[in-house]
Amino acid sequence: MRGREDEWTDLMRSAMAGDDAAYHRLLRAVTPVLRAAARRGLARAGQPPDQAEDIVQEILLAVHLKRHTWDSEAPFAPWLFAIARNKLIDALRRRGRRIFVNIDDFAETLPGEALQETASAGEVTAQLNTLPQRQRDVLQSIAVDSASIKDTATKFSMSEGAVRVALHRGLAALTAKLRDH
Amino acid sequence: MDTDQLIRTLAADNAHRAPRVGGLLTMGLLVAAPFSILIFATFLGVRPDVMTAMHNPFFDTKFAVTLSLAIPAIVISLHLSRPEALMRGWGWLLLLPVGLLAVAIGSEAMMAPAMPMTMRLVGKNSRWCMLSIPAMSLPLLAGALFGLRHGAPSRPALAGALAGLLSAGLAATLYASHCTDDSPLFVATWYTIATAVVTAIGAAVGSRVLRY
Repeated sequence: MRGREDEWTDLMRSAMAGDDAAYHRLLRAVTPVLRAAARRGLARAGQPPDQAEDIVQEILLAVHLKRHTWDSEAPFAPWLFAIARNKLIDALRRRGRRIFVNIDDFAETLPGEALQETASAGEVTAQLNTLPQRQRDVLQSIAVDSASIKDTATKFSMSEGAVRVALHRGLAALTAKLRDH
Repeated sequence: MDTDQLIRTLAADNAHRAPRVGGLLTMGLLVAAPFSILIFATFLGVRPDVMTAMHNPFFDTKFAVTLSLAIPAIVISLHLSRPEALMRGWGWLLLLPVGLLAVAIGSEAMMAPAMPMTMRLVGKNSRWCMLSIPAMSLPLLAGALFGLRHGAPSRPALAGALAGLLSAGLAATLYASHCTDDSPLFVATWYTIATAVVTAIGAAVGSRVLRY
């Protein structure tokens, strides 16, 4: 457990230093842990586990948009679990339940549990369709068509800078919509 | 969108760098300050006898009290902008102005009273005080909330209350240079009520706008 969390901290440090691949690896590494915790939270609240992926995606978006609040001298896991817990409580509350979420839900993931590869979630997709055209095009191009920023810029005759701005604004708008809907 | 696709999209946005919360809080307060100062200059102004007043330790104490509220409140609000931060171990900093006031009230009680206690307590400006401090706080509160929105507080209402405390502390610092009531009893009563009002507004607004 210790080793895994140290690895996350190292990956996050590299990510903050500009290593996109390290960031990608980190997000992939934490996702199964978040998924297992989301399922457990839903189960405890008497909710069907099929909404877990919506919660996982909301947590990932919050992690992304708030990563500047992580202190690179501090371990990454407590920061991550605090965000995850906050988002999980929020999500359960929105579904009409007040529930106590134990922080250990995140730390005590059993190996081999919920190692499902990836799953689709309805909420992000639904909110994606309410974004302004330009942001939606850029997000879809990068997410669904796996295009790079450069290819996306060429496809829509935009500058790479404009693609980056639309990408970031789109992600921020998506997060706000998920939070407030 | 499946989660792998989302992760790929987030990784593509890794180059985006958000400014630090402290920087944005500073910016928010700097943009808001002229509005509060405008209210001060238009309706209040520095008291005419300020040069003499400066030799009165109770006049100076007012600034020590208001700044010992504002500065720790700024520090704590920045601390709380981290998601894993707890209030534990930090709350005692907020006792600083309370302790200062208690000492000042004690020292005033030991001196020969210049005025009866009820006059010191009620003063001449209690209504102005209760109106001006919240009025000058509001622009600062808006600026503070703007900055703190970039954080990720786990308890948005608490973070909003801290934003209220820090803006009330700063506004009260301005107000202290106007008000001719220097008795710590006056400060302990009316400044506290004004601060409580702003803190409650901060908590109410914060619980909505500081969610992330």
